[in-house]
Amino acid sequence: MLLPCPYCGPRSSEEFTYLGDASVKRPSPKAAFEKWHEFVHERRNPMGLIREFWQHTGGCRAWLVCERNTVTHEVFNMVPARSATPPGKVKA
Amino acid sequence: MRYSAFSLLAQALTGNRFAKPAWREPEPKPHYDVIIVGGGGHGLASAYYLAKEHGITNVAVLEKDHIGSGNVGRNTTIIRSNYLLEENNPFYEKSLQLWEGLEQDFNFNAMVSQRGVLMLCHSDGQRDAYARRGNAMRLHGVDAELLDRQGVREMVPYLDFDNARFPIYGGLLQRRGGTVRHDAVAWGYARGADSRGVDVIQNCEVKGIRIEHGIVKGVETSRGFIGCNKLGLAAAGHSSHVAKMAGLSLPIESHVLQAFVSEGIKPMIDNVVIFGVGHFYVSQSDKGGLVFGGDLDAYNSYARRGNLPMVEHVMEAGVSMIPALGRVRVLRAWGGIMDMTMDGSPIIGKTHIPNLYLNAGWCYGGFKATPASGFCFAHTIARDQPHELNAAFRLDRFRRGYPIDEAGRGATPNLH
Repeated sequence: MLLPCPYCGPRSSEEFTYLGDASVKRPSPKAAFEKWHEFVHERRNPMGLIREFWQHTGGCRAWLVCERNTVTHEVFNMVPARSATPPGKVKA
Repeated sequence: MRYSAFSLLAQALTGNRFAKPAWREPEPKPHYDVIIVGGGGHGLASAYYLAKEHGITNVAVLEKDHIGSGNVGRNTTIIRSNYLLEENNPFYEKSLQLWEGLEQDFNFNAMVSQRGVLMLCHSDGQRDAYARRGNAMRLHGVDAELLDRQGVREMVPYLDFDNARFPIYGGLLQRRGGTVRHDAVAWGYARGADSRGVDVIQNCEVKGIRIEHGIVKGVETSRGFIGCNKLGLAAAGHSSHVAKMAGLSLPIESHVLQAFVSEGIKPMIDNVVIFGVGHFYVSQSDKGGLVFGGDLDAYNSYARRGNLPMVEHVMEAGVSMIPALGRVRVLRAWGGIMDMTMDGSPIIGKTHIPNLYLNAGWCYGGFKATPASGFCFAHTIARDQPHELNAAFRLDRFRRGYPIDEAGRGATPNLH
């Protein structure tokens, strides 16, 4: 699987470290317990399109957001996490 | 027909002309007492024990493909009960005990082979951890032996004992562990359940779960609506996908795990050996092929195939452990989809819907658990309360703060 790093170009997935679903939003420290439970434990685990965090640890070390299909492993795009649409505003 | 040496001889002498299919292919009935979603090992075992232990025979097992096509036919066939935590150990030991009597119980040759499972350690710290685990096992009455370097050498002389980076210090041996022919487990349970009246319905995909007034009424399938009094989900790998139909959000990510088999070679590895660094475990099948597996590809996936970096990692680990493997050729590679939970332990229990039961989250330890999982899930469905062995595996343990984290890694599904 090649991941298109916006800084380094297409690179093999073994150079990257996976964090997980980018649609998970960290609640405020004052949020209800239930919100924290959802943040820490529950995942949408979509069958199809997912937006997810990767870090290019074997390259530029940038945190990136990738759009990928979990059934076909097709990669659509990869952008710096900073400029990605903030979670919560995404309809995936 | 009951299988025996006599029936085998009779079939052979008559050229199998009077052989009958091992199970029926029934049309779905409009309504069942219990429907199990997922005709894998766990679903079939659940139906088998529902019929055998609890007398509930008006049961259907719905499988979207053919039975044995999912993870029950994709694993590396290892059975063991060498767990540390007190929630896990008695459960997996029950499973191993059921394996020991399984073939007589369901009258099918599953080729249960208790050839011993050896986990290697490569540092003082790891040896201490294995001593602790072995002691925990023995406190639960499970067999465990801590071998020193010489003990390992006498048992498996072909390892690279003086590997510069990962020298072998010893190992934790469970002699009662071993391997089982995995397809035969699916077939044996299917046949056993079918002969007691359970309908095993293949090529029947569940598309939706009909819920009225907070109660499950039945399932919408590719072969029409089927009603039920109780619904059990046993679709590990796709648990999130199926549970979503009932509005459940699970503490699970789906990941792909790869396994491999080599060309057939002469007898070399007569037990199961597990490398203590990275992830590599190997046994030799009766056909001579080396069956081995590695770690997750580590990103969310529903594809039943992995990528090359993990293939390379597994081969490197294998050759580090057994240098003689360097010239063995790999014949096949495949992948299976794992329900990876937030604590690395499974979920068997009730849900917020009174007649919906969940069996999920098997991470990559589902095969060895098949008999106990079916046994406990059947008990949970039939009695509407968990068996004492699965009482800790409840879905709400995450919310309540009681994770069962064997590896001590926290809420990181791809690291368990």
